[in-house]
Amino acid sequence: MKILVCITHVPDTTSKIQFSDNNTKFDKSGVQFIIGPYDDYALARAVELKEQLGASLTVLNVGEVETEPTLRKALAIGADDAIRVNTFPKDSLFVAQQIAAIAKQNNYDLILMGRESIDFNGGMVHGMVGEMLGMPSVSPVMKLEIEGNTVKMAREIEGGKEYLEAKLPLVAGCQEPIAEWKIPNMRGIMSARTKPLQVVDPLEESNASEVISYQLPPAKGAVKLVDKDNVEELVRLLKNEAKVL
Amino acid sequence: MSVLVYIEHADGSVKKTSLEAVSYAKALSEKTSEGEIVAVALGSISSDELAKAGSAGASKVIHVNDDKLSSGIIQAHAEAVAQVYKQLGAKTLILSKSSLGDAVAARLAIKLDAALISNVVDLPDTGSGYKIKRSIYTGKAFAETVVNKEHKILAVKKNAVDLKSDGADAVIETVVLELSADNFATSITSTDKTTGDILLPEADIVVSGGRGMKGPENWGLIEGLAKELGAATGCSKPVSDIGWRPHHEHVGQTGVKVAPSLYVAVGISGAIQHLAGVNSSKCIVVINKDAEAPFFKAADYGIVGDAFEVLPKLTEAVKALK
Repeated sequence: MKILVCITHVPDTTSKIQFSDNNTKFDKSGVQFIIGPYDDYALARAVELKEQLGASLTVLNVGEVETEPTLRKALAIGADDAIRVNTFPKDSLFVAQQIAAIAKQNNYDLILMGRESIDFNGGMVHGMVGEMLGMPSVSPVMKLEIEGNTVKMAREIEGGKEYLEAKLPLVAGCQEPIAEWKIPNMRGIMSARTKPLQVVDPLEESNASEVISYQLPPAKGAVKLVDKDNVEELVRLLKNEAKVL
Repeated sequence: MSVLVYIEHADGSVKKTSLEAVSYAKALSEKTSEGEIVAVALGSISSDELAKAGSAGASKVIHVNDDKLSSGIIQAHAEAVAQVYKQLGAKTLILSKSSLGDAVAARLAIKLDAALISNVVDLPDTGSGYKIKRSIYTGKAFAETVVNKEHKILAVKKNAVDLKSDGADAVIETVVLELSADNFATSITSTDKTTGDILLPEADIVVSGGRGMKGPENWGLIEGLAKELGAATGCSKPVSDIGWRPHHEHVGQTGVKVAPSLYVAVGISGAIQHLAGVNSSKCIVVINKDAEAPFFKAADYGIVGDAFEVLPKLTEAVKALK
């Protein structure tokens, strides 16, 4: 059994989002980068499956050299080896093509990733990879069990969940509570230093879209406080001023 | 020419967010002259219900009335929509962001060799090239994006355009498609879903509670206000983590992202991860006994006070409004 987990290298969820160069570049100053939170759930579940089934676990990122500490962290959490496709991730289609190319060479049984990245929130790479490889794709998956060749999953839908079954191989976009995030221990961190991290050249693929400028939402005005003994005033404001009732 | 809209239905009704996608397509076509708006619906649903897509702007609904498509099998839905799109000779597919819509759209992008742009918040600018604005960083920023492909799939965020209701009933055309067995490689064995309640991602008003509610036994106060407002109920991440409320009610960075007209947060301090899930709301009301709670900085209106005192009074005041 071979498992691939694709991870993103994204700003910490508490980061202040700012842009530079006349709003054409993300401003990385003071920003800490992490494994995408949804990818981290996928990785945690993959480590559990690896232990349970004796699987091999490869972690993959499409990105430039700056993402290597993030890949090393994934190795410390429990992946056996890492692959970095050495290129700037232009858009979702471009990234999906790189992942599909690696997957074709290595015949993974299970490809996991987060339901979406928290920078561009596209939530489409897993489905694209599934279609390119002719495999089922399921997202957002909140529970995933493997019994023989069968994958049993729960997928979050509006107002609840649905339970699905499929056969391996399969691509899944994951979210909580599929597993608890794992914090690397000292032994993991030490061993991660010597685990293989392979750097491969990208395919020359084209992207479908390109960001030309960024914008921040307009600043919020000051909050209008209403006295707690005068809630009727709040209702009046919501009806007549905000016009939302 | 025509623009195709993938519409979803649940519990026998077309989803409101799908009707918004129809209205988006209508506004798009008025701008880009892409012709009539055709909606596609899959699985069992009444023709009368489908005809309602007309009031939102569709002139025709193609109904693939195949019971195998009544549940949302991702691959099968993608294949069915791809076939309809190709038969129609469309260049643009519109859909509303949802659990199923996102998953289906990703496969369609490959099948149709189309650019998929998600979280679209406005109509495209087609003055020179094709530029479109989308929400990124979980609502904390926007990106102006140039699209390089002839075929486009736009996954529209809630409230990107106003829902129209001035159109006439749409013509329903029932079609039969050949869908091979490999499209049904995943099977849905059961669903576990609340029915009758207003669904959180689609709600126009949301009332959420946090740890300040002190325990699940006090949720009646949240539900009472929500009922008077016709609102869905949500909660903060700690509340779903400790199991006071189910995960599908968790609003925030790693939970449901909502974009209602009115968001009421009770006893939620306003961690940046929670704000990421609500920052597309038109109007935010915060009720918290701690005047220093960071949520007040992101709010339009606020009450500093004890939720257990304020909520019953507020519920009564909303009732009195009617």
